[in-house]
Amino acid sequence: MYRYDQFDATFVRERTEQFRGQVARRLAGELTEEEFRPLRLKNGLYLQLHAYMLRVAIPYGELSSKQMRKLAFIARRYDKGYGHFTTRQNIQYNWPRLDDVPDLLAHLAEVEMHAIQTSGNCIRNVTADHLAGVIPDEVDDPRVWGEIIRQWSTLHPEFSYLPRKFKIAVIGTDTDRAAMRTHDIGLKIVRNDAGEMGFAFYTGGGQGRTPIIGPLVKGFVAKEDLLSYLDATLRVYNMHGRRDNIYKARIKILVQSLGAEEFGRQVEEEWLRIKDTVLKLPEAEVARIRSYFAPPAYETLPAYIPEFEAKKKADADFGRWVRANTDVHKVDGYTAVSISLKPVGAAPGDATADQMDVMADLSDAYSFGEIRVTHRQNIVLPNVRKQDLFDLWTKLKAVGLAEPNIGFVSDIIACPGLDYCNLANARSIPVAQRLSRRFSDPKRLSDIGELRLNISGCINACGHHHVGHIGILGVDKKGEEFYQVTLGGSSAEDISIGKILGPAFSYDQITDAIETVIDTYIDLRSEPSERFIDTYRRVGIEPFKEKVYGSSKERRPAAE
Amino acid sequence: MVVLRNGVPQPNEWVRVADDAALPEGAKAIVSLERWQAEREILRQRNTAIGVSLKSDQSPLLLADDLDHLSLVALEFPKFTDGRAFSYARVLRDRLGYRGEIRAVGQVLRDQYLFMTRVGIDTIEPPAEKRVEGYAEALKEFSVFYQPTNDRRETALRLRHGLDKVATAAE
Repeated sequence: MYRYDQFDATFVRERTEQFRGQVARRLAGELTEEEFRPLRLKNGLYLQLHAYMLRVAIPYGELSSKQMRKLAFIARRYDKGYGHFTTRQNIQYNWPRLDDVPDLLAHLAEVEMHAIQTSGNCIRNVTADHLAGVIPDEVDDPRVWGEIIRQWSTLHPEFSYLPRKFKIAVIGTDTDRAAMRTHDIGLKIVRNDAGEMGFAFYTGGGQGRTPIIGPLVKGFVAKEDLLSYLDATLRVYNMHGRRDNIYKARIKILVQSLGAEEFGRQVEEEWLRIKDTVLKLPEAEVARIRSYFAPPAYETLPAYIPEFEAKKKADADFGRWVRANTDVHKVDGYTAVSISLKPVGAAPGDATADQMDVMADLSDAYSFGEIRVTHRQNIVLPNVRKQDLFDLWTKLKAVGLAEPNIGFVSDIIACPGLDYCNLANARSIPVAQRLSRRFSDPKRLSDIGELRLNISGCINACGHHHVGHIGILGVDKKGEEFYQVTLGGSSAEDISIGKILGPAFSYDQITDAIETVIDTYIDLRSEPSERFIDTYRRVGIEPFKEKVYGSSKERRPAAE
Repeated sequence: MVVLRNGVPQPNEWVRVADDAALPEGAKAIVSLERWQAEREILRQRNTAIGVSLKSDQSPLLLADDLDHLSLVALEFPKFTDGRAFSYARVLRDRLGYRGEIRAVGQVLRDQYLFMTRVGIDTIEPPAEKRVEGYAEALKEFSVFYQPTNDRRETALRLRHGLDKVATAAE
């Protein structure tokens, strides 16, 4: 993984000291809260319902075991012993004190981490496919480009006061595990007809109250032109994005109002002016950064390991976990292991300091010390030998980290909701907890199969409800929490925005309603291998509506 | 009122003139874009330097044909969160090749000052209630820069690969 050189290390130290100064000036009254707010936000510090919340950047979702231990240390020392992994592959702490934050950041800097641009109206921490570098059929490793983008976007002098936040995601395969087209810029690494590597730019996607699937604005940008094309895109947005209405300020609104073609034309015009300047990326720098992502020292192993296959058959629980929680690896004899942070009844994405330490130790023992965070709020050990899986599983089970539910209905994305967030209309976590208890039987889960269930506590859609196969949106009705259900969304390569099922449900009705939806799917599917989303796309929303609300609507819930 | 150049306070030689006020005799004057456009011919006849102030929704491209006559372009920050002028400064320098003075006025805060110097802004008018010493400190907070702009600060990338030495010869 990437290691800081003298420049990066100096920079992060200077940024930490700058923030220490900003906090001191705030505490001394030299800065008003209004002036301090964007400064602290650009360093990941929110003021939430009960306390400050600090979001720490995990660039493109990659962590070393050493960094994970530091995150555990911070959870113990500055929080209440846990942290929360987010849909943008970051981690947030819900209980730091303002005057502790500069020291906390200094601890992070020791392990080459920071909280730069994890919030605020600037280019946010870049995300990527969590299987980058280990998945077969990758055109190129998104981490290399994620790091280049991280450096280019860090304290960008021109783009630090954008109309609104700006999120970039990078993928390197046809399969999209990073919800690429829900980003302000989604980058897909591609090859052109000449076989050269470059980027397809999907610009102007987003969720929130106006979910939009990012349109393809330019099919191929050569790799040396990545930064100039990004610069041109951001310049057009910074000058022309709306600033009069916070809800219309994202780039997606600009792209929609101009049309993707006209927007692309404006970017192109700007880009042609700057593409052959100092922004052109030297091959030597790409090579330097790429060298940090060289594969670890894999052993030569057979693809088929009889003892491992036998163990899977002998121990049904182990077999189920392997089927649900491991991904195919580009190197024979290895696999990428997902550690579910969604055990039954837990808050999705939470990990205790002890669990973080265990994951760090297991990563050292079994995965070359490498760890990834997924946008579905789970953890991945990307390089595990198949022959080690049983030992790893046994150790994970001992600390409650062996839930075999990756990709299943209880692998829920949920925002913090009304329990923490001052924007939320409704609680998300308790809804997720109830659902995960209702769908706790591993056999039932694997029978239902792949099903993405996402919960947002308000229309800002931090819980990705628009793109869940089943989405749940918390709304407030006269001071009471209600939950609207959408069906048919997807954030993967078959991306779609979910459709509203009908009137919202009360907190006490929502679990039953979801169960009815899922039972309906089981009845309707053509065969057990037809996924929920495929059945939905085949039969449409009506059969679900009928089952949930009754054909004559006499069972319609009280709320509209 | 003072202005800051490279963090150093200097007397302000420029007078901002309201649209309905007479131009002060012999003084460097900054007028609005509207006034410049209405009175361009008269203003160009003056023997004293003239500058134009752009509101944050007025692109410098509106001045593309006028820049030869302007000794200063002022970019307004109505709110410090309105960052359009950061791009306007770059458009002025890089696209329009403007070499006169670019000044930031309005809600120009200490923690934005380094960014301003990086995109090509020469002088700023800090709000009266702010401690000007802080602005000079802000320029010293960083020694490492990742983005190439037009401010001659070398980027980490170029220093890493020794391009700082190569490029000077090429320029």
